[in-house]
Amino acid sequence: MPEPILQLTDVKTHFPITRGFFFRREVGTVKAVDGVTLSVGRGEVLGLVGESGCGKSTLARTIMQLVPTTAGTVVLEGKNLTGGSVAEVRQVRRNLQMVFQDPYASLNPRLTVFDTLAEPLLVHKVCPVAAVPQRVADLMRLVGLAPRFLHKYPHEFSGGQRQRIAIARALALEPKIIIADEPVSALDVSIQAQILNLLSELCRKMNLSLIFIAHDLSVVKHISDRVAVMYLGKIVELGPAVEVIERPQHPYTRALVSAIPTPDPDVERTRQRIVLPGDPPSPINPPAGCSFHPRCPYAVAQCQLAVPSLQPSGRGREVACIRSGEI
Amino acid sequence: MPLLNVTDLRTSFHTRSGVYRAVDGVSFAVERGETLGIVGESGSGKSVTCYSIMGLIPQPPGRIESGTAIFDGVDLLHCKPAESRAIRGKRVAMIFQDPMTSLNPYLRVSEQLIEPLLIHEKISKAAARRRGLEALEAVGINDAARRIDLYPHEFSGGMRQRVMIAMALITKPELLIADEPTTALDVTVQAQILELIKKMQRELGMAVIFITHDLGVVSGLCDRVQVMYAGRIVETADTRTLFHHPKHPYTRALQRSIPALQAKGTELYTIKGLPPDLSKPMPGCAFAARCEFAAPGCITTPAELGTIAPGHAHACIRARLGEL
Repeated sequence: MPEPILQLTDVKTHFPITRGFFFRREVGTVKAVDGVTLSVGRGEVLGLVGESGCGKSTLARTIMQLVPTTAGTVVLEGKNLTGGSVAEVRQVRRNLQMVFQDPYASLNPRLTVFDTLAEPLLVHKVCPVAAVPQRVADLMRLVGLAPRFLHKYPHEFSGGQRQRIAIARALALEPKIIIADEPVSALDVSIQAQILNLLSELCRKMNLSLIFIAHDLSVVKHISDRVAVMYLGKIVELGPAVEVIERPQHPYTRALVSAIPTPDPDVERTRQRIVLPGDPPSPINPPAGCSFHPRCPYAVAQCQLAVPSLQPSGRGREVACIRSGEI
Repeated sequence: MPLLNVTDLRTSFHTRSGVYRAVDGVSFAVERGETLGIVGESGSGKSVTCYSIMGLIPQPPGRIESGTAIFDGVDLLHCKPAESRAIRGKRVAMIFQDPMTSLNPYLRVSEQLIEPLLIHEKISKAAARRRGLEALEAVGINDAARRIDLYPHEFSGGMRQRVMIAMALITKPELLIADEPTTALDVTVQAQILELIKKMQRELGMAVIFITHDLGVVSGLCDRVQVMYAGRIVETADTRTLFHHPKHPYTRALQRSIPALQAKGTELYTIKGLPPDLSKPMPGCAFAARCEFAAPGCITTPAELGTIAPGHAHACIRARLGEL
């Protein structure tokens, strides 16, 4: 593995649930992220998958320090982000940028593309004011947009083009890491492919690290070097992308992989699909032991007793299941 | 005789910036008990086609310019409102993409669930409620007796889609139109909902029109597929033929851009350019501008849907001449 650029150690992000208006009291906590240890190498693409509500977006926001961390450390290039002052975090955040799911909502409709892209440059004073127009035009070309669109507003662009603008904005400060939170989920298949190509080309060219969050495993497999599968705030399986998706070890990963519809009618008609019963349980009151056991087809009594931790299982893989060897 | 026969449907939207031909001469038929998939990207007219059939196009700005949609002898586009009311919601039902916005947040699930029954059947409220309970149990909602009196916000996304399905099927329709019912859901929940639709279809023997942009979903569910582009059908065939021997360059391009079918590490195949502006007249093939096989003739010659084998038709003039 390349040298790690980002290291998360036992990161927890809990949100208190409060009741009452005058006498606020805590009645529980949502354990959105509950003990995640993870590292991202320089130039590496890490895929993060899981169902809605499993905490993948909260994890992204925790890394960005957009939500306060409850416990654990987020270390970027030797600097601990969790303990830093606001000013320090702002400085470090230059190296950490985010692309959001919905390009219709994440761009300010009242700013032209030029304003959107120039803002980070001016705020962080990365180049002299006179050089900003040149820099903005370069950014546009970098993401495959013609600089003549500079003075248009977001509504004049299609979804794919807007996502390109959002990527250009993230690249403006030449970050070391980009976190892309479901960047292609809102786009059509043909446009999806364009954005995926752009992201992987940029990573290669600029030696960027990318944390790619998605629920579509086939997309994740294509773009990522390693994949982390999350369930209810915890990572249940981690390893090289192709290994994890073609030979999943954790029962949850197996179910996820089997749920992807394959675009081949012959395969689709004959294969056995693992359909998980029920919905993911609430992170307010997660089941005891392995949080997946109520839906797991392989669960035994022991699964209810202890929370399984991630254990190495060969070939750079880690899995959090006590029965991973037997099933 | 097919259950639903749509001929030359044209729906356009008259806006200040021009006339958008969202559906431009679409004809197709659905047999009893069969599943028809309609595939296309956003703006290809797949939803507008079905909204037109159901009479859900807001007029103005929408206008159904021409066409007929014969459902069991009744033209849904030109019949009296009372006639169409007797069919819609009873014999033809629809489920929508977003279960968060298509349920009424102010009403308990029980009230909206049995509404179609109270409207279409002579039934007492108590009996309707019993049918509602059965319907909820049939779509796999545990503890239905308690949940029936909850509000939609108390359900998860997958559960809400189940409620939608229960509501659509409560009158035992002959045709179900499903407009991207799984797009807003997680893959695991999507798998549950697809299984559920298959099961309900087997039990009720109804026909299904399944609209989606995901070719993967179509492959396991549909008997027949039609691919739409820019308001027209560009190819239609049974599912196996469409996946194994696609003829139209757009179908092929769509298939090639699915990440699952491509080798990792290589650049993904992309369709160049953007879908055309539907307010501009297109004399030739709408896909010509993005097609890698386009010849000069493609831009000027109208591309009509032509049958090449029983049940297999496409609208590419070059493929028909055997040039591709």
